[in-house]
Amino acid sequence: MSDALRWFAIGTFGLLAVATVAGIVGFALARSDKARAVAADANSRIRAWWWLAGCMIGAAWLGRPALVPLFALASFMALREFISLHRTRRGDHRALFLAFFVVLPLQYVFVALPWYGMFAVFVPVYAFLLLTARAAVAGDTTRFLERTAKVQFGLLICVYALSHVPAILLLPGDERANVALLCWFLAVVQLSDVFQWVWGKALGRAKLAPTVSPNKTWGGLIGGLATATAVGAALWWMTPFSPGRAAAFAAGCCFMGVLGGLVMSAIKRDAGAKDWGTSLGGHGGVLDRVDGLAFAAPVFFHVARWVLGQGL
Amino acid sequence: MIAGMIRLLTGVQARWVGAAPVPGPRIYFANHLSNLDLPTLWAAMPPEVRRRVQPVAARDYWTLTPLHRFLAERVFHAELIERKAVTRENNPLRQMEAIIDRGNALIIFPEGRRGTSDDGELLPFKPGMWHLARNRPGLELVPTWLDNLNRILPRGEWLPVPLLASVTFGAPLRLQEGEAKEAFLERCSAALAALADEDPQP
Repeated sequence: MSDALRWFAIGTFGLLAVATVAGIVGFALARSDKARAVAADANSRIRAWWWLAGCMIGAAWLGRPALVPLFALASFMALREFISLHRTRRGDHRALFLAFFVVLPLQYVFVALPWYGMFAVFVPVYAFLLLTARAAVAGDTTRFLERTAKVQFGLLICVYALSHVPAILLLPGDERANVALLCWFLAVVQLSDVFQWVWGKALGRAKLAPTVSPNKTWGGLIGGLATATAVGAALWWMTPFSPGRAAAFAAGCCFMGVLGGLVMSAIKRDAGAKDWGTSLGGHGGVLDRVDGLAFAAPVFFHVARWVLGQGL
Repeated sequence: MIAGMIRLLTGVQARWVGAAPVPGPRIYFANHLSNLDLPTLWAAMPPEVRRRVQPVAARDYWTLTPLHRFLAERVFHAELIERKAVTRENNPLRQMEAIIDRGNALIIFPEGRRGTSDDGELLPFKPGMWHLARNRPGLELVPTWLDNLNRILPRGEWLPVPLLASVTFGAPLRLQEGEAKEAFLERCSAALAALADEDPQP
């Protein structure tokens, strides 16, 4: 375990311990039913965080052989939630089977090998063209474009975009340093979500997008982005960047994360659901937790790859 | 353990919206779209209910191979019935009544075979459940809606797609005094179809 990762683990578990105690005290002190409901929601999220952080840090300690399967599993569960919520037809059956059991594993094999060229084009070129063709061969033309769009969108977000998180290990530089960078990325994007929630509860007034995501407020957004950016800068020692550059990267990641939350929320509401699933306690489903990561990871990956590759 | 594996494969969520999950003589009647229907419905029940429930299954299908036979007899404790040559001696109604009289519950698929509709439209119900309800007055019939299984493993496919399924148990129905066969079957079918419109969230 590298020093950066060790300090990161100590910090994370310390923070969770503090949050757990605060949650128990908060629940005990809550007077109104509303306050108790907020505290109970927070506590169920904190419990899920222990699991998520534990798995994540354990995998980071083991390195690429554990990180790649962990994200493959997250992709699998996210894609399952995405496709379950959308009506596909019998004609999509074989294409869906290929998406789950061929495209998804292959994409992560390309990360593990690593084979950058194939990783970068496999889903948008081969999976896109061939799976669409497979659905056409099945012969059912009812709502064809809509159905294939759903399958392709699910693949792009849940598999292609999300696979850019473990791909951070392929960035130029020492792999152990990249493991720390990956942890930094996850911490910044996830903390931005947490801080938005906290700031939103504290000074939430003006709604950001009431029709899409009724819990998001401008106060929460600005407070959350500012805090997460500050944390990203303070953790610059986990990255190959200077504190200033780390802050810029953190701000960009958080911004993309917010956009991801909004887009996935819009899709979810359109399908008539509040959460993608129920597997993660107060968080909802896996897709509720990784939507921001899926949007932030590809942009972060390519900008960082360019910056580090140029030796800037 | 087998129930756990099925739950993992189908990610099934059981929702008891109208009936309580208690053991006892009653009939669960469900829509039928996939070979996974019976295993999933069975796996979604709590263990104490599952131990006291017997699915009614077609003998011609469930004795095809030793594996089918093993699953039907040892795992699901299915009551195998004749679909074709029904005589006075092997009348399935008598078998089903014997199960009810033992205080166990039945699972039936009143459509009699798997539908192929993409929208989950129900086929006309077979009259067996009306005869049962008439011969055993006061018997509870629980409508049980299986969702998404036709997408996990539709009829005619053998490779499953790992989507999330759900099972919704609705409010029990009873045969009313003097209710005619067609009216009763119609009422049961409508009650089952109504469950499909419950909250689509898995």
